[in-house]
Amino acid sequence: MGGVSAIIFIIGIFIFITKEGLPFLLGRFDIVEFFTSPRWRPTSEHNPTYGALALIAGTASVTGLAMLVAVPFSLGAAIYIGEFATGRTREILKVLVELLAAIPSVVWGFIGLSIMNPLIIKLFNVPVGLNVLNAGFILGLMAAPIMTTIAEDALKAVPDTYREAAEALGATRWQVIRRVVIPASKNGLVAAVLLGVGRGFGETMAVLMASGHSINLPTSIFDSVRALTATIAAELGETAVGSDHYRALFTLGIFLFLITFIINLTADLVVRGIRKK
Amino acid sequence: MKKLGTALLMLALAACGRPTEDGGQAGGGRSLIQNKGSDTLVNVAQAWAENYKEINPNVAVAVTGGGSGTGISAMINGTVDIANASRKMKDKELEMARGNGIEPVEWTVGYDALAVFLHEDSPVESFTLAQLAEIYGEEGSIDTWDQLGVEIPGCDSNEIVRVSRQNNSGTYVYFKEAVLGKKRDYKMGSRDMHGSKDVVDLVLNTPCAIGYSGLAYATHEVKMPCIAVEEGGECIAPSVTTAIDRSYPIARPLFMYTAGQPEGAIKEYLDWILSDEGQCIIQNKGYAPVRTVTCD
Repeated sequence: MGGVSAIIFIIGIFIFITKEGLPFLLGRFDIVEFFTSPRWRPTSEHNPTYGALALIAGTASVTGLAMLVAVPFSLGAAIYIGEFATGRTREILKVLVELLAAIPSVVWGFIGLSIMNPLIIKLFNVPVGLNVLNAGFILGLMAAPIMTTIAEDALKAVPDTYREAAEALGATRWQVIRRVVIPASKNGLVAAVLLGVGRGFGETMAVLMASGHSINLPTSIFDSVRALTATIAAELGETAVGSDHYRALFTLGIFLFLITFIINLTADLVVRGIRKK
Repeated sequence: MKKLGTALLMLALAACGRPTEDGGQAGGGRSLIQNKGSDTLVNVAQAWAENYKEINPNVAVAVTGGGSGTGISAMINGTVDIANASRKMKDKELEMARGNGIEPVEWTVGYDALAVFLHEDSPVESFTLAQLAEIYGEEGSIDTWDQLGVEIPGCDSNEIVRVSRQNNSGTYVYFKEAVLGKKRDYKMGSRDMHGSKDVVDLVLNTPCAIGYSGLAYATHEVKMPCIAVEEGGECIAPSVTTAIDRSYPIARPLFMYTAGQPEGAIKEYLDWILSDEGQCIIQNKGYAPVRTVTCD
């Protein structure tokens, strides 16, 4: 039942956003402009433009930096929790990681806006602290808990016999982890990273508040950017229903949906890869 | 999970979207007025609704925010009785309303001075509208503070960090019309904050920044320079007083829209909002009333 209803809902959502976005896709939409122009200016009175390049670059740069933060952090945490920690430490750490996942994204955004912003201005002497660095760091911390949990599951799925066999051959603990456990759980770890990427692409509120929400092709991590999701969140509430702008936002939605769908599907196929073995 | 949640939310919203058929019928029983729209006006609208309970206990006013566009489209679709808006209805929206057989009626319920915000350490005391247009407008020539002949402590890069609003907020639209002119667009690359409060938060933490928002959102930690219409003209500081006498150059009207001429409870409510008592409430919230009123 649960599975069937999930499928119905996903198909329903896809039909809904496609229906709302389609008139734009078939009419005003210019695929070259959409993917190559950084000028997103849908409310201009005399010359509205719908270039999404800056938004795509914004989402990609923030997610990329987030992964640089989250991957070492979460894989390290997963290896420690899964392979080294025992008893109480392990339980406490697991609870803490889950607690980190429970912090609402608007709170992260608030931290970005009122704590990280002045900190970045002071530390790096840049004009504004709402930028790729701020949003990427925060998004990395947000994606890390779910990645840690999935990565730890992947490590746990490696049968203990593998470890025992390696240790019997005289391998040290690090050698066991590096040469046996990590290669054996590779697919699960890749899936963890991919789901983190999906989380990064889909995150809205924290990115909206911490990225600076500025249409810009970033050339350094200190540039303000704007994400696809944040654009939809900020603009949809005030557009006239049925206008080109409204439909263009749904087109962004279709694009996002396709990207996250592909990422999640890849992650799923990769996980299936380990199960088959 | 997230997608499932969204779908459920949409279902819930669809279920809530029924029109209030009894809205405004001041019959024997209680009547409910649905009021929705501009986030700029939402605090005032709530204050009005609360105070109106004591005036007329038979009428309940339900206030929701969501933005001028949201309120207006709800009014067009007949789901709310009164739409709040911090901008005029667009031609396209008027067309849609007429298509639904509705002739919207506009009520000016107050004025809001748009203040320009600077970091408290900034030495800048005044701007002309032309300077603001060169800072914010497309192809504008002013990008750094030294072009204005000032040095901001704590802003070594000299770059003017433009803080703006998302492109369909009423505040964004009005500032564009009043400062840049109807035809000119904003320069790309401004930080477009989602909400007036975020503009103030960002400016007070960022020495290089300049921002704008409704006067009601100002705090003591940001500086508000005075604005002159032209070079050498009188420089007017933003305040409720200068907004009432219309001397402040960037003060905008705040509107309520009804679907056709209101009757019964809705009419009484709007009359009360425009009375001295209602206008004192908007003044206490930091906005300017439509005329000078004496309040206690």
